[in-house]
Amino acid sequence: MRRTLLFIPFVVCIVLGVLFYKGLSLDPSVLPSTKIGKAFPDFSLVSVASEDKIYTQLDMRGAVRLVNVWATWCPTCKQEHSYLNKLAKTEGVEIIGINYKDEKNKAQQWLKRFQDPYIFNIYDEKGGLGLDLGVYGAPETYIVDRQGVIQYRHVGEVNARVWVDLKVKMQALGWASNE
Amino acid sequence: MNKRWLLLTLLLMATNVFSAIDTFEFSNDEQRQRFQLLSDELRCPKCQNQNLSGSNSGIALDLRKELHRMVLTGQSTKQIKGFMVERYGEFVLYKPSVNSLTYVLWYGPFVLLIMGFVVVFLIGRSKKSTVAAIDPNYDVGSVSSKEHQQQLKALLDKKHD
Repeated sequence: MRRTLLFIPFVVCIVLGVLFYKGLSLDPSVLPSTKIGKAFPDFSLVSVASEDKIYTQLDMRGAVRLVNVWATWCPTCKQEHSYLNKLAKTEGVEIIGINYKDEKNKAQQWLKRFQDPYIFNIYDEKGGLGLDLGVYGAPETYIVDRQGVIQYRHVGEVNARVWVDLKVKMQALGWASNE
Repeated sequence: MNKRWLLLTLLLMATNVFSAIDTFEFSNDEQRQRFQLLSDELRCPKCQNQNLSGSNSGIALDLRKELHRMVLTGQSTKQIKGFMVERYGEFVLYKPSVNSLTYVLWYGPFVLLIMGFVVVFLIGRSKKSTVAAIDPNYDVGSVSSKEHQQQLKALLDKKHD
């Protein structure tokens, strides 16, 4: 009995060690989204392409899609842009863009110059929609299901490695690739 | 040596001095104080360890604007914190709220402290009982006791030779 008690500090050390070791591999800059499992926040914003077209949260329903928050001032957005083009073209992913705190003419030029992977682009000039979504840094990419419910958020660049993960999650929601 | 410590202390204290400069207008001092208090207590979501008042990042500026708006429209501290937590999670609160997720955080240290006391108490008791356990009924006047003393004396004399 006495002897087994002596092992308590050892066990405590091992448990703490495992805990701390796991903690080391956590990325402290990743913030869990509070919006998972919740409906896309209400909004009413114009399109980047035209002043006359207004989008609301109802437009987020209908299919399993990616929603990509981007801006021309964001260097990582430039990095991931070609990959988004590829996803839209080869895999047939429907991507909705949220142009976040940007200038409209710059955004339009960007889409012309680097191609447009988005089915449409919402112009969030003031960042109000971004605020309601809990966006804390572009780019952010959300998976939204058929009912317009947010299912997942990825913060940072979307690339081949991230897509493997996103694809599995989208397929679980009933999405099928073009390929 | 003392000067060094003083310098170190001053340097450590200086971290709070850095803060972003905005030009927010308030209609009274109470609003200004509430804004100051909340922007000190709310954490910038983008930054690793800065409050809203200490950060120059875009998101911190946006949130300060939002905070300013909410303070001006007379929203309660609870409403404002609720607004931030709804969007950015508990992460934004430097002083986390007490709920089932944060019980460990709030009460864990006290539990550990009590456990420490219990351990110290148990060790103290077991020490006492070890002393007693050597021989609680040792009779100094008994035959065996005299024998023991003789043996002890013999041993000591041997050492002295």
